[in-house]
Amino acid sequence: MIPEQPPATTPRRFGFGDQEGARSALIASVSTLVFVLVAGLLIVNSPSWPKVRQQFFSREDFVASWPDVLGGFWVNVQLFFWAMVTIPVVALVVAIMRSLRGPGFFPFRALAVIYTDLFRGVPLFLLIVLLGFGVPTLQIAGLPRSATFWALVALTLSYSAYTAEIYRSGIDAVPESQRASARALGLTQTQALRYAILPQAVRNVVPALMNTVVSLQKDVALVSVVGIREAVREAEIYTSRTFNYTSYVVATVLFLAVSVPLTRLVDWYTARDRTLRSQALT
Amino acid sequence: MKKRIMSGLLALALVAAACGDDTEDTEAGGDGASCDGLPTKVEGTLTVATGEPVFPPWMIDDEPSNEQGFESALVYALADELGVDEVTWVRTGFDEAITVGEKDYDFNIQQYSITAEREEVVDFADGYYQVEQAIIGAADSPAASAGSLADLKDLRLGAAIGTTSLDYIETQIEPSTEAAVYDDNAAAKAAFDAGQVDGIVLDLPTAYFVTAVEIPDASIIGVLPRIDGTPEELGMLFEDGSPLVPCVNDALAALRDAGTIDALEDEWLNQGGSIPSLSN
Repeated sequence: MIPEQPPATTPRRFGFGDQEGARSALIASVSTLVFVLVAGLLIVNSPSWPKVRQQFFSREDFVASWPDVLGGFWVNVQLFFWAMVTIPVVALVVAIMRSLRGPGFFPFRALAVIYTDLFRGVPLFLLIVLLGFGVPTLQIAGLPRSATFWALVALTLSYSAYTAEIYRSGIDAVPESQRASARALGLTQTQALRYAILPQAVRNVVPALMNTVVSLQKDVALVSVVGIREAVREAEIYTSRTFNYTSYVVATVLFLAVSVPLTRLVDWYTARDRTLRSQALT
Repeated sequence: MKKRIMSGLLALALVAAACGDDTEDTEAGGDGASCDGLPTKVEGTLTVATGEPVFPPWMIDDEPSNEQGFESALVYALADELGVDEVTWVRTGFDEAITVGEKDYDFNIQQYSITAEREEVVDFADGYYQVEQAIIGAADSPAASAGSLADLKDLRLGAAIGTTSLDYIETQIEPSTEAAVYDDNAAAKAAFDAGQVDGIVLDLPTAYFVTAVEIPDASIIGVLPRIDGTPEELGMLFEDGSPLVPCVNDALAALRDAGTIDALEDEWLNQGGSIPSLSN
């Protein structure tokens, strides 16, 4: 018996040959086109469409509100950036504290549990108000009074609690045998964590982490409650002045311009990572 | 299988397109404004919307129906003038009121300033109050000694969103630090307590109330000069094309001629004594 040769190319996901693939692509594009056309016709032919278009998709208002909303979006980007620096660090510390073994580490584990329970439980909105307005009102010497600073702290506390749990699920998902093997090879607990557990744990949870990142990007808008003029607030200001909602469409476009490439990037990264790992196994 | 889906989609498309084309003329024939059979949403009742919550001195105790506070008292006087026995109150957010389309109340009253831009989307009755803008700040702050708009330029100022006070800061004061914007005056007050703003710009009647009750540490630094000398008017907000507007305008004019509106202003809004005016 001649052993069966593995196929030269992996089968494509849709269709089985180029012809079949082209046909699927054609059908897909035609049905998409029909769907978009129908939806478009339905909307455009509805009796109030001119009013809706004027209120949500007005060209003049798009142009008029663009600079302010874009300026506000820069505030979002900056806050987002700094939060992306602080959150992973704090979250990792909390997750590691929670995964420490041994009775001696009980206080650390307890602290980590309280931290996650508390900051995941308190609505982010309240956290921002409490820290943004509350702490500066205490007038404690040496503490910053800037609303932006405290908003960043609030974002970090809340999101690091969620992120710590994601890390922890990643850590827990690494088979116990990995830890045991690492220890058997003579690694200390810290070394085992650093060189055996965490690299696998973090890699496992990248998609879940990215979910949080996209969510964070939108939640940054909540900081407007303490007077910070980010993109959504700028859009709101424009709307309250003109009674026109096009400015929100401007904000939406800006948010999508960041979140869609971000999501695609992660999809690409995860797919590549999976390929590399499966190749490494064969 | 795919073919079946395709033809299904096409069928759907045709049906949908057919429905889409079938635009019934739903526009009600706008008959001439007759105020005899008052064209209210509910016959014999004036359905009036306001904010949630509502603040003194415009309304008292967050209770529009107690005829206390300037706007509440005005609405009941207006209802009398229109010959309507009953007033029903509904609560709306700012945003619900400013969208195009039909509204389920006759008009909305929550200190909406009448501006040309807003009038493209909704209708306003004639103004019921000429409002002045004022700035409040801590009595011991550098803001307190301000004598003109130029003295306010370097202050960190705040205002509530949706107010002309915010527009005033941006177009007239043009501060060196961008004005902070809050959801309402309560949040602006919190920021003031937190030391994040030096001054808050708001309408004068609200400023009287805030400095008397909510932030006793703050005082009214001054009344701000009018923009181009033009007074700012507060107006009742109606859905675009409401047949009720001319009737309400007639009634408001009658109330003004009879001195009722002046009396209400004296009773509710002009309680603060004399306040210095800032120069341009």
